[in-house]
Amino acid sequence: MKAGTPGAVPIQGGTDVMVEINFDVHRPAALLDLNQVPELFTWERIDGSYRVGAGVPYVQIIAELGHELPGLAQAARTVGSPQIRNRGTVGGNLGAASPAGDSHPPLLAGDAIIEVASAAGTRMIPAHEFYLGVKKSALRPDELIRAFWMKPADGPQYFSKVGTRNAMVIAVCSFAVALHPSERRVGTGIGSAAPTPRRALEAEAFLAESLDWEARMDPEVLRRFGELVAAAASPIDDVRGTADYRRHALAVMARRTLTWAWNDYRKVRAA
Amino acid sequence: MTTPLRAPREIAAPGNGGVGDSPLRPDGTLKVRGEFAYSSDLWIEGMLWGATLRSPHPRARIVSMDIGLALAMNGVHAVLTHDDVPGRKHYGLDLTWDQPVLAIGEVRHQGEPIALVAADHPEIARRALKAIAIEWEVLEPLTDARRAAFDPTYPQVQERPNPARYQPVRFGDVESVRDRAEVVVTGTYEVGIQDQAFLGPESGLAVPREDGGLDLYVATQWMHNDLKQIGPCLGLTDEQIHMTLSGVGGAFGGREDLSMQIHAGMLALRTGRPIKIVYNREESFFGHVHRHPAEMRYEYGATRDGRILYADVEILLDGGAYTSATLNVVGNAASLGVGPYAIPNVKIDTYGVYTNNPPCGAMRGFGAVQACFAYESMMDKLGAACGIDPVTIRQINAASQGTPLATGQIIWAPLPMAEMLEQARRLPMPAPLDASDIRNLPGGASQTTHGEGVRRGVGYGVGLKNICFSEGYDDYSTARVRLEVIGGVATALVHTAAAEVGQGLVTVEAQIARTELGIEHVVIHPADNGVDSAGSSSASRQTYMTGGAVKTACEAVRQELFARVPGGHTDLSLVGGKIVSESMGVLAAIEDVLGEDAIEETRRFHHHPTTGMDKRTGQGDTHAQLGLCVHRAVVDVDVELGLVKVVELAAVQDVGKIINRLSLEGQIHGGTAQGLGLAVMEEIVVRDGKVRNPSFTDYLIPTILDMPPMRLEILENADPRAPYGLRGAGEPPTLSSTPAVVAAIRDATGLDLTRVPVRPEHLTE
Ligand SMILES: Cc1cc2nc3c(=O)[nH]c(=O)nc-3n(C[C@H](O)[C@H](O)[C@H](O)COP(=O)(O)OP(=O)(O)OC[C@H]3O[C@@H](n4cnc5c(N)ncnc54)[C@H](O)[C@@H]3O)c2cc1C
Repeated sequence: MKAGTPGAVPIQGGTDVMVEINFDVHRPAALLDLNQVPELFTWERIDGSYRVGAGVPYVQIIAELGHELPGLAQAARTVGSPQIRNRGTVGGNLGAASPAGDSHPPLLAGDAIIEVASAAGTRMIPAHEFYLGVKKSALRPDELIRAFWMKPADGPQYFSKVGTRNAMVIAVCSFAVALHPSERRVGTGIGSAAPTPRRALEAEAFLAESLDWEARMDPEVLRRFGELVAAAASPIDDVRGTADYRRHALAVMARRTLTWAWNDYRKVRAA
Repeated sequence: MTTPLRAPREIAAPGNGGVGDSPLRPDGTLKVRGEFAYSSDLWIEGMLWGATLRSPHPRARIVSMDIGLALAMNGVHAVLTHDDVPGRKHYGLDLTWDQPVLAIGEVRHQGEPIALVAADHPEIARRALKAIAIEWEVLEPLTDARRAAFDPTYPQVQERPNPARYQPVRFGDVESVRDRAEVVVTGTYEVGIQDQAFLGPESGLAVPREDGGLDLYVATQWMHNDLKQIGPCLGLTDEQIHMTLSGVGGAFGGREDLSMQIHAGMLALRTGRPIKIVYNREESFFGHVHRHPAEMRYEYGATRDGRILYADVEILLDGGAYTSATLNVVGNAASLGVGPYAIPNVKIDTYGVYTNNPPCGAMRGFGAVQACFAYESMMDKLGAACGIDPVTIRQINAASQGTPLATGQIIWAPLPMAEMLEQARRLPMPAPLDASDIRNLPGGASQTTHGEGVRRGVGYGVGLKNICFSEGYDDYSTARVRLEVIGGVATALVHTAAAEVGQGLVTVEAQIARTELGIEHVVIHPADNGVDSAGSSSASRQTYMTGGAVKTACEAVRQELFARVPGGHTDLSLVGGKIVSESMGVLAAIEDVLGEDAIEETRRFHHHPTTGMDKRTGQGDTHAQLGLCVHRAVVDVDVELGLVKVVELAAVQDVGKIINRLSLEGQIHGGTAQGLGLAVMEEIVVRDGKVRNPSFTDYLIPTILDMPPMRLEILENADPRAPYGLRGAGEPPTLSSTPAVVAAIRDATGLDLTRVPVRPEHLTE
């Protein structure tokens, strides 16, 4: 159907689509209502991974996957208001591919894979290859997002988002961290501080090299990590904040989230 | 004439409480359940949808405009431009008549209305707007308020020259004491553009009548002032327009100026069909005026022990392209420029200017809000320079009953400011930070901290607001009260043109009628122009003014009722539905004396007269009443990220007399929240005359996680001139909460913070 009417705009929760229609940004010729597809509303565990349908709303992720996908659940908790979390979905967040979407940093940090489908077949796109530009993704016009795949957390995960009010706010910038102790690796995701959500690759590489997984956190490592995360961003000045502030805040969030994750990790090991 | 669906009807006031009780309001439950009929819900058979073409440019010439394509579209019934305005082509809030109904050859601000469309469906109307072709000559916008005020070579924005108003205030002689100051502090302060952000966008319905007149259903703040502008522009007399107040979704000053009223009227007269206009959220940001942004320069000289010797002040207010409320905003800022402080020598120069920035006008506490942020910041600065704490420095300089304001006006009513500050200081402090729940922390669920970097601060703010219209304005309200027996029960029908904008006015009207007439049943007539003006629902004046009018009308009804009791008693009163003689006890039930008759009285109520401000010295008895509020703010600031969580706001306010505690507390909570919004988030961001955030995505207002619980101390020191001794209460808390919050952030961070709203980057630079 999507192939037949490539101009049709898929609608899931509608919390982006309807806003754009109301604000006259788009007047789509047709809407493709995905709410008729029950498969999209389910999640399952397959071979040690979670496959979460594109239509699973945030509220369900928080309630049912908070333990397995903690970084994503924390991000989900920060999305909009209860009404938005009841309707809004990760699939829609991916479909919109806004640099400010809150799902993206934890998907990046947690090595999520996006399953997209068309009449031609299925593609599995790693999150870090999914975001191509401002509101542009690797999704082709004839494709739909079916689900995302993520391994359950193998270590502590944290998500942190700066906004200029204490609830219901679009990210000025955000950051996610995921420890992968089994691989001696730390995943990262930066939101709202570049044309696309992105990983802080140098920062990840730096930690892979310098982190002593047996020791307490070295303040110097922490400082450098913050610097590298800030350096990985290419923020702009806009109505929500300045580029300088975004870089500064990313460094602070990077240090704090890594510290929290590290403390949890050491506590678990000590226990 | 058919009445539209969801048009207002008579409502029986709920409960049976009189003055001092807290009966529930009739609109409360409906609003919570989403059932209240707002003006955007009006509907009538055969109506068309009106839409407005607005300027994308802040300043440009219209070289040519072609409406042909739009007019030719199927389903389009009219496309109108300034050529089609039937009467006067300009209107203006203060009858300055400087604002074009539709742009005439040029535009002076982004969003200025240019043309109107009436169509069968809003979507057709929208497409028709797009089909109107305009050739523009875009000009560089005039956005520099300082040059507009002081540079005579700066081009003129509109026909009226800059400044729109200059008002000096000269009290004592600043120069004579300048040398004697042992401590001098200076500061330059800025206030960004705040928006009323009411939730119900501009909307209404215009229904043409067979006699050539119009029925207008609109959400407004002051029907009769609307009419003074609508009539002449539509070429109709007052009698030809029947106006009914429809459900108002908040106002805060933003509905004092006209929005869609004349436009809908033009389309209705042209098409002969009812016209409905509803702005969407984005259009609403362009459909009403905002709070004036301000730049303020202050210098205070004082003795070492903190006594202020002089204040030297300059206040610059940018009103945008048209006058709107600027003249009065300047008057308030000038007369209250140093607030409730007894300063022996004062020099204030206040300017309101025209620019191509967004139009600004009335918003809760106008003029006084801007000055309050500056003078309260100065008090903290002076205190710090003298080594005196914030409360004591204010107490040392506090005005009180009998001392003069900067205008020379002697404060005639109790003003126990020093005591109120003491009370605020002594209130118990909120519990220390509990970091175990991240929602208590700056950033909340966004999890920016688990407690790291968080510092607590405490700050105080005091604000003084003039209540009712000032500067010699003939300010009055009118009420008609009819007492009759309905279904065997004495019932009062209260009819005014006063706008219930959500503040709870109709409830107060009913309470007053109950108290004055000794009855329980009160019915509120829809507000319309079937009765004379009630004045504006602004300046915190309606409980005072329309409350006063209802009281006076009830007294007249009561007199007439007593006159019908045989026996020439002089000691009568109305209690519990009975006519009671003090000497002889119950004489009769009201119902028995009234019988089939109705007693109806209409009364006009004036407040104590005021004078203008002297043009050169600003001196005069310019204010009818003063309201004072003291705030203490406690904040937690994440000093590394610059995020703020206001932990508690405590307020001490003197309201003279509590008429309805529940509504009053709502006003103090709401006013405080709006002040908090200005302190930490609310701003219309403008670049080159263009608004960059016309939506609730980026124009942020406080959520329930931003607005903390409040502790209230409400005092009742009567104002002898006011009905029941009451003082208007809606605005004072809006003044004082902003500086209190900012002072608390300064206390937590040690930063200077000279601009509101304070943004995270201001705290981390
Ligand atoms: C008041 C409010 C607050 C908000 N706050 C936040 C916030 O804090 N953080 C945040 O990240 N977002 C926020 N949003 C944006 C929005 O809620 C999220 O982006 C949400 O994840 C969108 O999900 P949805 O299911 O509603 O998407 P929809 O609106 O249904 O769709 C969004 C986009 O994705 C496309 N799409 C949807 N499903 C698919 C699919 N299966 N395959 C391909 N394309 C698809 C649609 O065509 C559309 O382009 C907010 C929105 C509102 C209105």
